[in-house]
Amino acid sequence: MTQSAITTTALTKRFGNFIATNAITFDVAQGEIFGFLGANGAGKTTAMRMLCGLLRPSSGEARVAGFDIYTQTEKIKQRIGYMSQKFSLYEDLTVKENIRFYGGIYGLSNRQIRDKTADLLQRLSLEQEGNMLVKALPLGWKQKLAFSIAVIHDPSIVFLDEPTGGVDPITRRQFWDLIYESAAKGVTIFVTTHYMDEAEYCNRISIMVDGKIKALDTPAALKKQYGADTMNEVFLQLARAKS
Amino acid sequence: MKQFFEFVKKECFHIFRDRRTLIILFGMPVVLIVLFGFAITNEIRHARVAVLDYSQDALSHGLVNKITASTYFDLAENLRSEKDILPAFRKGDIRMVIVIPNGFSRDFIRERKASIQLLTDASDPNTATTLINYANAIIGRYQQEQTNLQHLPLTIHPEVRMVYNPMLKSVFLFVPGVMTLILMLVCAMMTSITITREKELGTMEILLVSPLRPMLIIAGKVVPYVLLSFFISIIILCLGSWIFGMPVKGSILLLLSACGLFCLTALSLGILISSLTNSQQTAMMVSMMGLLLPTILLSGFVYPIESMPVPLQIVSNILPAKWFIIILKDIMLKGSGLRQIALPMGILGGMTCFFLIVSLRKFKIRLS
Amino acid sequence: MRTIFFILQKEFLQIFRNKSMLPIIFVVPVVQLLVLAFATNYEIRNLSIDIVDHDGGNWSQQLKGKLLSSGYFTLNRQTTDKAAFDDLEANTADLILTIPRHFERDLVRGNEAKVQLLVNAINGSKAGLAAGYAQSILGDFNRRIRMEWLALDEDDAPSHFDTSFRYWFNPGLNYKFFMVPGILVVLVTLIGAFLSGMNIVKEKEMGTIEQLNVTPIRKFHFIIGKLLPFWIIALFELAFGLMVGKLVFNLPFAGSLGWIFLFAAVYLLVMLGLGLLISTFTETQQQAMFITWFFLIICILMSGLFTPIESMPGWAQHITQFNPVAYFVKVIRMVMLKGSGWVDIRQYLFIMIAFAAVLNAVAVWNYRKTA
Repeated sequence: MTQSAITTTALTKRFGNFIATNAITFDVAQGEIFGFLGANGAGKTTAMRMLCGLLRPSSGEARVAGFDIYTQTEKIKQRIGYMSQKFSLYEDLTVKENIRFYGGIYGLSNRQIRDKTADLLQRLSLEQEGNMLVKALPLGWKQKLAFSIAVIHDPSIVFLDEPTGGVDPITRRQFWDLIYESAAKGVTIFVTTHYMDEAEYCNRISIMVDGKIKALDTPAALKKQYGADTMNEVFLQLARAKS
Repeated sequence: MKQFFEFVKKECFHIFRDRRTLIILFGMPVVLIVLFGFAITNEIRHARVAVLDYSQDALSHGLVNKITASTYFDLAENLRSEKDILPAFRKGDIRMVIVIPNGFSRDFIRERKASIQLLTDASDPNTATTLINYANAIIGRYQQEQTNLQHLPLTIHPEVRMVYNPMLKSVFLFVPGVMTLILMLVCAMMTSITITREKELGTMEILLVSPLRPMLIIAGKVVPYVLLSFFISIIILCLGSWIFGMPVKGSILLLLSACGLFCLTALSLGILISSLTNSQQTAMMVSMMGLLLPTILLSGFVYPIESMPVPLQIVSNILPAKWFIIILKDIMLKGSGLRQIALPMGILGGMTCFFLIVSLRKFKIRLS
Repeated sequence: MRTIFFILQKEFLQIFRNKSMLPIIFVVPVVQLLVLAFATNYEIRNLSIDIVDHDGGNWSQQLKGKLLSSGYFTLNRQTTDKAAFDDLEANTADLILTIPRHFERDLVRGNEAKVQLLVNAINGSKAGLAAGYAQSILGDFNRRIRMEWLALDEDDAPSHFDTSFRYWFNPGLNYKFFMVPGILVVLVTLIGAFLSGMNIVKEKEMGTIEQLNVTPIRKFHFIIGKLLPFWIIALFELAFGLMVGKLVFNLPFAGSLGWIFLFAAVYLLVMLGLGLLISTFTETQQQAMFITWFFLIICILMSGLFTPIESMPGWAQHITQFNPVAYFVKVIRMVMLKGSGWVDIRQYLFIMIAFAAVLNAVAVWNYRKTA
């Protein structure tokens, strides 16, 4: 158990009669890049929001970083980073001010904040832009900045909800470099996406259809199982099977 | 044109899905009318008075009874000495203290002159003056009773007739006022906020690249509010006439078209505000500080325009609300026809064109 | 505690960076204060009057002179019945005084005569005051000619009451002394209730709140960090407004400013709590704004700011017991004009503390980091 970053058992969320997430069960190992795939409305975001403590599950069990998602959400929040599909930095603050704010919220000391800021700006080559309003940055830079801020407190797990929506392929590639960098440090990455080429970057992926997990394995194993050349084909087969 | 209707339909859905706002939108006129009609009056009744009666004789008791028996005054407490007066006022609720000196009836009979002192809390000057007038009238009547002097020689009888509103109902003033206020709120404030909201969320750009022309998009956003506010003004009119007997002496058709015109004016103002601001907070504060408060206070709805200093009287002319209230009152209470209200109608029309032209300019600059 | 500091820092940065917010917070209220103080004036002066004089005698001339020199009336024109009524219709005249033919003769021979006052009563309270002024001037005039005609001496007069009056706390009957403190309350209220609620909802609308909700931030810290800036700004605004009031209107400060600020500090907690509560159950700024506006307009109208609370019917007076605005309007006037102190205001302060506690408790309880 202690080896798993995330474990869920029959995790379910209902909104009235609508079952957004239907008894999903999976395990994510420490340091793994776990891809969470599905069509729009398949229940990915709901599942992720439950794991982050933003949404209370209707039933089922789950532990994140060893903590229960019903009773220990605040403990979980200490150990996770989160980046949502909506851009969530403050546009009317500068790059540095955003870093400082989130660093402060996570309880970093002033010294840590200073070091982190310098380090982060350098890694993103944003030294020149440190005092610019976030509003003025191109979208791709914003996303990279958002990711770096999501891991500013060195979380053990990072949740990324469609982090690369609307970003050009080159920036996406750079974004994934950042992800690999974090993963190399032993951070568990839990990422939703609907770019199938990104799915190939993951260690393991699960594919959700209508609130249920229809497939869960490494990309290579899945392609083999469905006799497909690309993840795209795997996905289309699964999604079509439903209708 | 079909696309346009689809768009209007979508906007309507947006409004109708938001139940809370909708309830308030329809609840507000009702609540305001009821408040103004029943709760908020300028008449002063049941003012709390304290009495400091050093005489404690039949005449002074009679006087105090007479005063406190009227609906204007309620006896709150009897004071024992002058030292008690200041604390009594400072406690907050006492509006007036009646001081009757020693030997009140003796003076009245022997000296033919007895003094009474009325002390009022003039921190509210109008109430203070009014209370003194009331008290004076009551004292005068009491004096006449005491002296049995019924017929004075050479008496001028003023015969007062209140024209247009014989019962002096304040509702007659408030119904047009509330109507103006709500229309202003719904049309100007709500539209300016909806449009800036789209800007803030970035959805405006998406709409602007759609095949609909920008002006049509704006029109589509405001049409539901026009319908809504028109509907609300009808509710207010019905309430006014059913509950408070507010007459509509002039033509209903004329009244409704005046409402329509004012809706347009308010809408164009809303559009203007939204073309000048970029965030909802700003749009809201501008509409509230710049439109609603002046509408309540400068349009002659609560405070008479005549008593304002001249610069403000001039400023009040640029408020559409002032002209709309004039139109409403003329049509409803005086039964004026189109000829009498042509001037204010023309002014409203002119303002609408002006606002639209300015905001159109602004939007164009943004688009190019 | 450090978390609160970081939130505060961020809020102030955002507030002061917003170019259009600054004038709204600092310039608009002052302009409002100045404009409103002059606008909210119930002193009725310069009522325009039409006079129709069918008598034309000496006494009617005197009567006219007395009316016009009173300061309440200005002559629109002296004209015929028909034209005067047209003026009333066209709003160019507020009232018409008609002196009948043989006014003087009737008065001397028949011992009584009539004059007619037609008042445009669409604005009921204005008409009431206008008629009141005219009648009291007529009454004065009546007494004087009676004395003159009968050559009566003051001492020969029948027994009468000699009523004298004093206007305490505001002997000059300056209406602005009454209104300006009240308007200050409104301005402070707007800042407190509106901006705070809108500010939280804005984070919801922008999606940034979600990012905060996944941080270990305590909701208590978050709320304090969000509300404190507006508490400070509103108190600053109050100080600023009082200063403007002193400089421009020469407002009296009969009581201690300390009580005003103490009360305002607690009162603002109530208003911030209201804003917070509304923000917990609204999703968009438009909703929040609209709901806040609805509550505030009712609170302000029923606060006794414009019209006395005593004249409301019983049920309405009961409602005002739950109206925080009413308490602050009352207390600020008491302290500033009458010099009321701790003993006089403490009960209101306790009520305010209770309100603040209840509202904030409900709001905090209602605020959820999870959906």
